[in-house]
Amino acid sequence: MKEKGLSYLIVGPFAILLAFPFYVMVITAFKNRAELYDPSVTPYWFGKQSPTWDNASFLFHETQYPRWLANTAIVGLCVVAITLVLAVPAGYALARLAGRVGQSLGVGIFLTYLVPPTLLFIPLFWVINQVHLQNSIWSLVLVYPSFTVPFATWLLMGFFKTIPAELEDAARVDGASRLKTLTRVVFPISVPGVLTVVIFSFSLVVNEFVYAFTFISPSEHKMVSTGVYTDLIRGDLPEWGAIMVAALIPSIPLALLYNTFLDRFIAGFTGGAFR
Amino acid sequence: MEALAAARPRGRRLTNVFERPGVLASVLISPAVLFVLLLVGGPLLIAIGLSFTNATSGQLHGKWVGLENFRNEWTNPSFQSAVWHTFLFTVISQAIVLVVAGLLAHALTKNFPGKWLLRFLILLPWAAPIALSLMAWKWMFDTSYSIFNWTLVHFHLSKPLEVPQYLAEPKLAMGSVIAVHAWRIIPFAVVIFLAGLASIPKEVHDAAAIDGATGLRKFWSVSLPLQLPIATVALLFGIVFTATDMAIVYILTQGGPPPSFSTEMVTTWSYKTGIEAGSLGPGAAISLFLLPVLAVVSIAMLLFARKAEVS
Repeated sequence: MKEKGLSYLIVGPFAILLAFPFYVMVITAFKNRAELYDPSVTPYWFGKQSPTWDNASFLFHETQYPRWLANTAIVGLCVVAITLVLAVPAGYALARLAGRVGQSLGVGIFLTYLVPPTLLFIPLFWVINQVHLQNSIWSLVLVYPSFTVPFATWLLMGFFKTIPAELEDAARVDGASRLKTLTRVVFPISVPGVLTVVIFSFSLVVNEFVYAFTFISPSEHKMVSTGVYTDLIRGDLPEWGAIMVAALIPSIPLALLYNTFLDRFIAGFTGGAFR
Repeated sequence: MEALAAARPRGRRLTNVFERPGVLASVLISPAVLFVLLLVGGPLLIAIGLSFTNATSGQLHGKWVGLENFRNEWTNPSFQSAVWHTFLFTVISQAIVLVVAGLLAHALTKNFPGKWLLRFLILLPWAAPIALSLMAWKWMFDTSYSIFNWTLVHFHLSKPLEVPQYLAEPKLAMGSVIAVHAWRIIPFAVVIFLAGLASIPKEVHDAAAIDGATGLRKFWSVSLPLQLPIATVALLFGIVFTATDMAIVYILTQGGPPPSFSTEMVTTWSYKTGIEAGSLGPGAAISLFLLPVLAVVSIAMLLFARKAEVS
């Protein structure tokens, strides 16, 4: 009982502190514009004219926001597809077939995930200009797998290690070929792991800022993470209410998915390394 | 008919080849490896190549200038202070992250009602897209309408015209950037810590209980030493994520405030030189100064991975 109380005492205040900006986001998103700039209205709650949908309606009717959402969705789906095609077979083979070499190769691939966009954006900008993909979302579809593939391969390697090899042995004893074992036995059980990789890869895409900021300037080709900052905030009078709606819409579903899949993520992440 | 008969044995030979684990493994692994080599290794080599030239975004193929870009930056006061700021930014924010995340993860291993909600709230800063959650920080640090300053004035802790300008005063700006970055990384470190704590076998706790170790004593002599390896992993990641981050600093201060540019980092300086000013060669040279940090962290990780494998 005493230990539980202590947990609340530590976790509670930090939870409030860490979530506070999101609370401000929600209040600001649904607050009347005039009340935002009125010091007699507390910033911690709504005034008499709030809550209101005005900011949301401004965002969807007067800005390019729907376009940015669509661009982000297209890039996200394409990148996830490329990632799965490359990482699922590689993750499986590293966990099962390649032995000790596989372990080292897996660590090697994972280390490339640590090479940050801030080190590669200038040469990649150079490449994108050479192949005339500047200002196109396809430049991002080409570049983003460079960090989703290492990340996903590592996670999948961890997942495949947690699936008992006996299942496959049984299928092989029954006369199935390795390829058939892979498609009929292994892939079906790995669906939860693959789903986790889909969610975390998609989340990496929505999160990315440096490449999207460097490669694309026309407003209609921007991603959510760059469009909101460059087009909605850098203007003379930022529409803070609309900006907060714009920030909330992708954040809430992503955060919920993130939480739901977190335990699986931990299992995969540590499965590759600490056993 | 004849063609079919001829094709059959060959087909079978092909399947037989796939029965050899080595062959199947290389077929399955090589596409991913080639792709990563091409898109990470390739640009890295191009960056090194560019850093020896005076290429610009208008003139993609510049002239060879040898080590001039590196020499110029090494003696450039802007670059020197950017290195110092990056160092401060990384060390201070990671110190905060380690302490807070350690405490939180430890408290979160116990079960209590409402834990799911509290964990959700704690993870928000890491789970939400950073460029978007920074909008809330920009608004909270606003020069005229900051919620912090409203509170200070409301409780008569500050006069309306003397309120702090969080992103416009050199030291405060650095403090703000560090605080926001720690805010962002804490949830990530909590996740890694939780993973590590989950891997401590239950017997260890039982043994500690039999020996009469409880509370602080148990934390100090049992939990903390067992947490050290995972703390190292969290720290190594944290260093990479911090030293190479650009989004937080760029969106909050753009390396400013002028004229001191107290939050200029290696990354923002490289962006300003390489992309904004279009000097790709010098820009590439600046970002390559991040490579030693990465090399040290990678070697530490490899050593750690080997140690984990042996034990």
